[in-house]
Amino acid sequence: MILAIDTSAGTSVALVGGGIVAEAATEDTRSHAEHIGVFIERVLADCGVTPDAVTAVVVGLGPGPFTGLRVGIAAGITFALGRDVPIHGISSHDAVAVARGSCAVVTDVRRRELAWTTYRDGIAVSGPGLTTEGMLADDVDLSEFPEVRATTISAALLATAALNRIERGDDLKSLTPLYLRAPDATPGNGPKRVSG
Amino acid sequence: MTEPLVLGIESSCDETGVGIVRGNTLLANVIASSMDQHAVFGGVVPEIAARAHLEALRGTIEAAVREANIRLHDLDAIAVAAGPGLAGALMVGVGAAKALAVSLGKPLYGVNHLVGHVGADVLRADGQSIELPTVALLVSGGHTSLLLVRDLATDVELLGETLDDAAGEAFDKVARLLGLPYPGGPHIDRVAVDGDPAAIRFPRGLTLPKDLVHHRYDFSFSGLKTAVARYVETTNDVSVADVAASFRESVADVLTRKAVDACLEYGVPRLLLGGGVAANARIRALTAERCAEHGIELRVPPLSLCTDNGAMIAALGAHLVERGITPSDLDFAVDSTMPVQTIRV
Repeated sequence: MILAIDTSAGTSVALVGGGIVAEAATEDTRSHAEHIGVFIERVLADCGVTPDAVTAVVVGLGPGPFTGLRVGIAAGITFALGRDVPIHGISSHDAVAVARGSCAVVTDVRRRELAWTTYRDGIAVSGPGLTTEGMLADDVDLSEFPEVRATTISAALLATAALNRIERGDDLKSLTPLYLRAPDATPGNGPKRVSG
Repeated sequence: MTEPLVLGIESSCDETGVGIVRGNTLLANVIASSMDQHAVFGGVVPEIAARAHLEALRGTIEAAVREANIRLHDLDAIAVAAGPGLAGALMVGVGAAKALAVSLGKPLYGVNHLVGHVGADVLRADGQSIELPTVALLVSGGHTSLLLVRDLATDVELLGETLDDAAGEAFDKVARLLGLPYPGGPHIDRVAVDGDPAAIRFPRGLTLPKDLVHHRYDFSFSGLKTAVARYVETTNDVSVADVAASFRESVADVLTRKAVDACLEYGVPRLLLGGGVAANARIRALTAERCAEHGIELRVPPLSLCTDNGAMIAALGAHLVERGITPSDLDFAVDSTMPVQTIRV
């Protein structure tokens, strides 16, 4: 079975395989570290299996707020290590594009910015890129790719998207998050004066 | 039961540490540091540290397992630092530890990073196990705390801590003032060798009688840093060696004086010095000198166990297992300001 994890929005964990799907999710965007262990345990219990039933792990690489995003990727990495099974990373937007024709997946990545990826039949055409509410229509051809605004990402759909991509022979080895932004830090101008 | 085999994960600041212990025996201590990436900023940038943790995670666990020559499913428990520290950094370790525990079906202990620094001492190669109670002086770039440890599993009391900058942070900032590289500690140590520690009388924070009423065991290094800055700005031909030596003397004087006072007041003739700043030559020497004067036994874990590391987290976890302490519930949060009284979440 495939254990799928996405923490790019809320926390979503799914166990998929053999015609069974179990999913545990919350839309809370500030409690990934609290939920991740409990949700993995819950989907295993819901399927009535032990961790050794997991034969592969899939993680959503974002885009999404960084702090939460890393929790799911870290959890996926160690679960895969613990079971000695492969791990695959895919864009979280892939989950939204599953079973849709042409579309532009758009998600909020805070700081008044949006992340977008365009898809045709589930296959990414361009992106992920950053834009703003005001610039979205300029940056993305919304007539060709109708907008799908997502506030949650389903781990069960993420698993489906990953299976589709594995079948196509895509390389999903990279586990580098889709940060799209450099760390917010600039070197200082040296110490400030304290005497008059 | 035989001694528990425990893997510990540490990610509270800029070190990704994974350690493996069997009871009090160190089997592996692997550390990946993002320090070089922070140097240009003169201090740890939380987002850079958190990104580096995720990048280093798999490699450090794999290296630790190889070094310890074990298999992950041989483990009896997983331990992880749940705080105090940088929240975004801690979350990488905690998310990782939770999933690892579930995948292996093993208990998980979310433990206190600072108490872990004390726990590091049980791993000493000489096998001389830590004697309690002890006073512990933990000094690093993020913390300056004085603890009274009566029981590593159940009873740790905070006697005092810094009210502003951590001592290591003060070293970094003063190094910058003097044009020395980051991290400041080793560089100040290096240039101070040729300086006169009595050349400039820099202030000793929170040591006046009025301060001692409410802040007997607390520290403050912000005023000292400003005093150094003022001196450097208003003095011609500044002797970097003298400033470094005099600054270092002030820090060492306050730290050791308060630690020794605590040992004497509480009638505890033992002091443990931990944290990365324990590497500072003058702080070590003055602590040893003053402890010897008062018949206090000084313990300093080896440096690789003083700086942040996963082995100390594993050691504390193993101790909790041996003491029959129940594991953490899986739903715990990281706590960036976790009090030392909370040994396990």
